[in-house]
Amino acid sequence: MRYVIIGNSASGIAAIEAIRECDKQGRITVISDESYFNYSRPLISYLLGKKINREALPYRSKEFYKQNRIDLLLNKKATGLDLRNKDVLIGKERIKFDKLLIAVGGTPFIPKIKNSNINGVFTFTKLADAERIEKYVKANKAKQAVAIGGGLIGLKATEGLVELGIKVTIVELADRILSSTFDKKASGIIEHALEKIGCKLITSNTVEKFTNSQSHKVTAVILKDKKEIKCDLVIVAIGVRPNIELVRNMPIETNKGIIVDNSMQTNIKDIYAAGDCCELKDKNELIAIWPVAVRQGKIAGYNMAGIKKEYSGGLVMNSVELCGIPTISVGQTNPKGNGFKILEYFNKEKSIYKKIVLQNGRIVGVILVGDIERAGIYTGLIKDRVNAESFKECLLREDFGLISLPSDYRKHLVQEVSVII
Amino acid sequence: MAKRPAPTEFIIERDDQKCIACQACVRMCSNDVHSYDEQTDTVTSDSAKCVGCHFCGTICPTGAITIKRNPSEFKLNANWNAQAIKNITKQAETGGALLTGMGSDKPYPIYWDHILLNASQVTNPSIDPLREPMELRTYIGRKPDKIEFTVHSSQLTEKNKKLSTVNCELSTKLSPQLKLETPILFSAMSYGSISLNACKSLARAAAQMGTFYNTGEGGLHRDLYTYASNTIVQVASGRFGVHKQYLEAGAAIEIKIGQGAKPGIGGHLPGEKVTEEISQTRMIPGGTDALSPAPHHDIYSIEDLKQLIYALKEATRYKKPVGVKISAVHNVAPIASGIVRAGADFVAIDGLRGGTGAAPTMIRDNVGIPVELAIAVVDSRLREEGIRHQASLIAAGGIRSSADIIKAIALGADAVYIATAALVAMGCSLCQKCYTGKCNWGIATQDPYLTKRLNPEIGTQRLVNLLRAWSFEIKEMLGGMGINAIESLRGNRQQLRGVGLSDTDLKLLGIKPAGEAW
Amino acid sequence: MKKPNRILIREEYCMGCRICEVHCVVQHSKSKDIIKVYKGEGAKPLPRVIVEEKGHISFALQCRHCEDAPCLEACITGAMYKDKKTGAVLCDEEKCVGCWMCIMVCPFGVILRDVSGKKVASKCDLCIGEEIPACVKNCPNGAIVCQENK
Repeated sequence: MRYVIIGNSASGIAAIEAIRECDKQGRITVISDESYFNYSRPLISYLLGKKINREALPYRSKEFYKQNRIDLLLNKKATGLDLRNKDVLIGKERIKFDKLLIAVGGTPFIPKIKNSNINGVFTFTKLADAERIEKYVKANKAKQAVAIGGGLIGLKATEGLVELGIKVTIVELADRILSSTFDKKASGIIEHALEKIGCKLITSNTVEKFTNSQSHKVTAVILKDKKEIKCDLVIVAIGVRPNIELVRNMPIETNKGIIVDNSMQTNIKDIYAAGDCCELKDKNELIAIWPVAVRQGKIAGYNMAGIKKEYSGGLVMNSVELCGIPTISVGQTNPKGNGFKILEYFNKEKSIYKKIVLQNGRIVGVILVGDIERAGIYTGLIKDRVNAESFKECLLREDFGLISLPSDYRKHLVQEVSVII
Repeated sequence: MAKRPAPTEFIIERDDQKCIACQACVRMCSNDVHSYDEQTDTVTSDSAKCVGCHFCGTICPTGAITIKRNPSEFKLNANWNAQAIKNITKQAETGGALLTGMGSDKPYPIYWDHILLNASQVTNPSIDPLREPMELRTYIGRKPDKIEFTVHSSQLTEKNKKLSTVNCELSTKLSPQLKLETPILFSAMSYGSISLNACKSLARAAAQMGTFYNTGEGGLHRDLYTYASNTIVQVASGRFGVHKQYLEAGAAIEIKIGQGAKPGIGGHLPGEKVTEEISQTRMIPGGTDALSPAPHHDIYSIEDLKQLIYALKEATRYKKPVGVKISAVHNVAPIASGIVRAGADFVAIDGLRGGTGAAPTMIRDNVGIPVELAIAVVDSRLREEGIRHQASLIAAGGIRSSADIIKAIALGADAVYIATAALVAMGCSLCQKCYTGKCNWGIATQDPYLTKRLNPEIGTQRLVNLLRAWSFEIKEMLGGMGINAIESLRGNRQQLRGVGLSDTDLKLLGIKPAGEAW
Repeated sequence: MKKPNRILIREEYCMGCRICEVHCVVQHSKSKDIIKVYKGEGAKPLPRVIVEEKGHISFALQCRHCEDAPCLEACITGAMYKDKKTGAVLCDEEKCVGCWMCIMVCPFGVILRDVSGKKVASKCDLCIGEEIPACVKNCPNGAIVCQENK
């Protein structure tokens, strides 16, 4: 059995581990267009901000490929697929497969900005990006930067740049940062903290064009309202979308991402997709976060190795610590329409904000800022669709815990899943 | 000066080098003795509230707590001792009767400590219980006047020629018996005076060791019906929880006329302690006081008692022993004789040292006689009247060790009831505050926060350990006397000698003074 | 893998004394001496057992070391791993960067933020190296027990 995996990140590695659990013999080939063994992508902002060094980057050790007998092809970009002969094309080279997993992740969304083909404008999704930015900062003694996009990537990049002593201005299209997951109050706490560390924040605005120097280096951005912000460096972090480049013009069904069913298989037999590049047929689910990518990779791996497993859907969720304030958001945090009940706790002085969103008695969303203790319990309740009507008064109390839950649900949790020493 | 705080009995010494301010003691004390000061990060103790139960000292992870008696003393006075002064002070304060728990703590003579056992030397050699079979099995119940057998001559055929024994059958009908693997039973402690977890521990230990426990006058909780075959159900003056299933479930029935801790008066469980569970088990309305009257209001003569005994026997179709429990009082011998003649299958005699959950202090400390004397005189009297075999005798009231048990049996008892000892095995330290319902050990309380502390698995194990240890010690002492069956010791006064006793004591106990041979 | 044991939590016997917490702290300290840890050494390690209390109900909760642990999938650095020998879910504190994804997904909420030094996720590690975990050994009332897996 020949397994081929395009992509060497979360989904790819999870798939390898799942396959090897059931099939120790089959041949596994991994094709990666990067030059590194494997690394944890979210860590690049930590690297930029010098919170970790390069040794800490690998997600799995170097021995991982040897131990699992993987043929690792680095610096190879898959250029096409021959569906009839079941080959992956790398330029003229052909890699045969019996089962294929496309785990190529996402690509940064590049907005239409005039004059963007200059030096000093970077996206921030790969290790190479972080390295290039670091080099550019050093070489040009960059002092000020603009981060386009106040989402997760933009803010994490901002933090990294601030550690390097750079003054950052964040330009965000919505009326607040982290607009997809946070509400006004939550964003407000982080915005305040960012301003405290010297960042400037411009909301409800976008960048229309760049200006550059004689040597083609960026010197400023011009906003929609014609305002000018001087800068030596720009990070474009508007968002990421599924990388479906590879399967363009092929009978493989795509929408925003590569369409897959609950076993992570595309409409073509023996071709699977997982992670940021795929989209669940059921509900058109497209959740580009690490834990989902790992789970999808695992499920794909099992199915490829012949074990039937189903992906039961995921939750939008994120945990990020910004300016020393831990935050967690899960599920529907900004519900629109009627039928939702909101529970809130806001302590401005202590920068603590907790919000629970209920629908028909069930928790469907939670935001925690400043105090994230026991957050996972909420996630579990959302996932299990537990009716919280009987204990909703306890949800925001300091002593909230498993003890606040109905005792038979708690006993089920604690005694079904017991500890193995 | 009108108000005086209650006298401080104990002083708590906290070793500050060892105290890590983990606050376990703060959380655990039901009397709120310890408290934590966040500012100084220290734990302090208000000794005035301490009852001396030792729970904090036991649980402290560094052993930082020592409980000492309050050294504060009155001027020495042989007549007006500290206790007398404190009692009067309290009564002047409250105007009420003094209440207390557990058994009498007064320094009356303890006859167990003046009785010595024999051992074999040279003749009638000792028996080693680890190598030879040693019989502790005891049967409680009425024994027949005589035993008759029917002998069948065997039909010897070619086939069964190897049949060498003659076929014979017991023709005497035996009264129902309780079979004990060891002569120790758990005495009556009602559910209400003790927690359900404590009851469960007693029931399970009794079942495991092949003996019995007694429900007391609290009825039988539904969770305890699984241990019914090791349960003696009590019919007391309040008739709490006495219904058809109750009587049918028990292995034996005990009519409680009195108990050693409070002879002549009834019992009282305050309404606050009558929880939903207790209300259901006792069949009384919740929150109302559970009052047991002093006499059974249908027993005013020995004939009435005989009627009740036989009514219970009829109701249970003569399948179970029906016995009677009395306090040891001055006329215990003729009373016991009357009870045996009234048809009781066993008589339990509860002496002066018997314990309780709550009793008036004056009654507990001044009414009744020691069980050592009571058993001796009852056993002698029944033997004289030739009716000793008609009922078993069970001695109760302050049995503290296996030595006490051996002595009780040698004085005439068939078996003993233990209660205080069982509670001590489960953690009790005899602080005598059972009546407050704040027992830190989870024994004499219904507060769910406190009753959790008595894990029935651990309680059962400790009780089983106690019975096992005592049973082995009894075997050793028996073996030392050259006896290999407990029934050979019953009433065997020759194995006992008194030391430091008056002639009258020796006469009543029926034993010789130490130094005198047969 | 040797035949696994289980830790059972029995809330009906938990007294809420929190002695399990004390011994968890001591077990994860440098000196493992209770007096030194509480009165000397400086900052105490975080206990990895969480005692929840409400009214008269209480119990001690620690990492369940789940078969299909969600924290293993959520960990972005690969610091969370399953020990092959014992099956325990452990956190490699060297690798952990304190992103708290694990805290977000643990349905028991038994992972804590340790911000005393380098920010790391802190949780029960079954007292690796010891025969019986410290909480089991020292619970005075048998509320936390080891049981042979039948």
